[in-house]
Amino acid sequence: MKAAPFEYSRPADIDEACALLGGDEGARIIAGGQTLVPMMAMRLSRPTRLIDVSRISALSYIREEDGHLAIGAATRQCVVENDPIVATRMPLLAAVMPWIGHAATRARGTVGGSLANADPAAELALVAVTLDATLTYREAGRNGDIPASEFFIGPTITALPMAACLMEVRFPIWRDGHIGVGFHEVSARRSDFAFVSAAAQVTVDEDGICRRIAIGVGAVTDVPIRLERVEQELSGNRPDAARLRPAIEGALADVDVTADLHASAPYRRRVAATLALRAITDALASAKQRGPDAC
Amino acid sequence: MRVELTVNGAIHGVDVEPRTTLLDALRDNLGLTGAHAGCEHGVCGACTVLCDGAAVRSCLMFAVQADGIAITTIEGVTPGPGELSILQDAFCETHGMQCGYCTPAMILAAHALLTNNPAPSRGDIVDAISGNICRCTGYAQIVDAIALAAERIRGVNRPPEAGA
Repeated sequence: MKAAPFEYSRPADIDEACALLGGDEGARIIAGGQTLVPMMAMRLSRPTRLIDVSRISALSYIREEDGHLAIGAATRQCVVENDPIVATRMPLLAAVMPWIGHAATRARGTVGGSLANADPAAELALVAVTLDATLTYREAGRNGDIPASEFFIGPTITALPMAACLMEVRFPIWRDGHIGVGFHEVSARRSDFAFVSAAAQVTVDEDGICRRIAIGVGAVTDVPIRLERVEQELSGNRPDAARLRPAIEGALADVDVTADLHASAPYRRRVAATLALRAITDALASAKQRGPDAC
Repeated sequence: MRVELTVNGAIHGVDVEPRTTLLDALRDNLGLTGAHAGCEHGVCGACTVLCDGAAVRSCLMFAVQADGIAITTIEGVTPGPGELSILQDAFCETHGMQCGYCTPAMILAAHALLTNNPAPSRGDIVDAISGNICRCTGYAQIVDAIALAAERIRGVNRPPEAGA
């Protein structure tokens, strides 16, 4: 199908983009368009105006600042995938990038676009929630911050104000020990939406004690979630494989799991437990191989 | 809206509605029908073209977004009229096609891969065409074609051995 008619604007800067957005209730931001354009082609979305921010260079960057990795909202996914700073400072992000769509969609798709479209299976949303990222938006000449834990509300729904344009996402860089990461997902075919995904990042000290752990699962509920009980169980302890699986299953027990045509709730719960266990196991194994200064 | 598209090295001014996809502008306004319309929502990959050398879905871009980008379609990969590129030739040789509907897109996806990675593993090749659906071949001969083309391109670029 073809998209319904719309007006097209390409503002020179972000404030002009915000003004256009504020002046038209039916307007939508477009950057890479890899989520929005299919929605428009299927007439699930009918914006009256598209505001193209993909060429605003102030929205496209990757930089390390104040202990964070900051990524501009219009930065292409293929740029993040191949960036040396991401590879060394944010290994979990580097690990998930090849799993986002496929090469042809990563060539156009942006980091901010994936986050703002809030698909429950989106790998970037999972990493943002798992690593306590902060999202910055601009609205009416002011900047505002939203923590990732409050940003995602449901499929395609975020806490972003109506006339706000997402500007940046900031991931905290961990520096307290040997860092390790793990990521797994299950989907019907390569590059399709995940039924379940799991991402883990850990730091381990010289004595093999797990200093810090973050574990999140995606596509299990309407938004990515953290398994906080697992984090409490493991943090400050020597990892014990026998206790890990019951802790994960306990953390998932009272989660209201999504069921759909592709995967039932019991299946998703079972696979989430297994993938979370694998992600943590991989993270612990890779932490032992990396030096404390590697990240 | 008026937009200038740079396609296969030539600049074309076209008048399009904002909702006209790059795919439709290439096919309907410029007569370049090598980019195929399949699903028109970014799943099948039949509409793949190169934008500044990267494989992208031309159905997921509006033509008005494409000004200033160097677009390459299958019509632009041949070295000369009546000739085939090394990749196209390899597809013929390994029978990397049956109905041919996915073929231009497969060749352009492979083109983008080999530009960045002259010695891809079989896994790299499979990954590079993972966004392109073929309902005929079962993919094996397509992978063979890309591997063969990679080998030939490496051979062309290799300096002659001493004494040869």
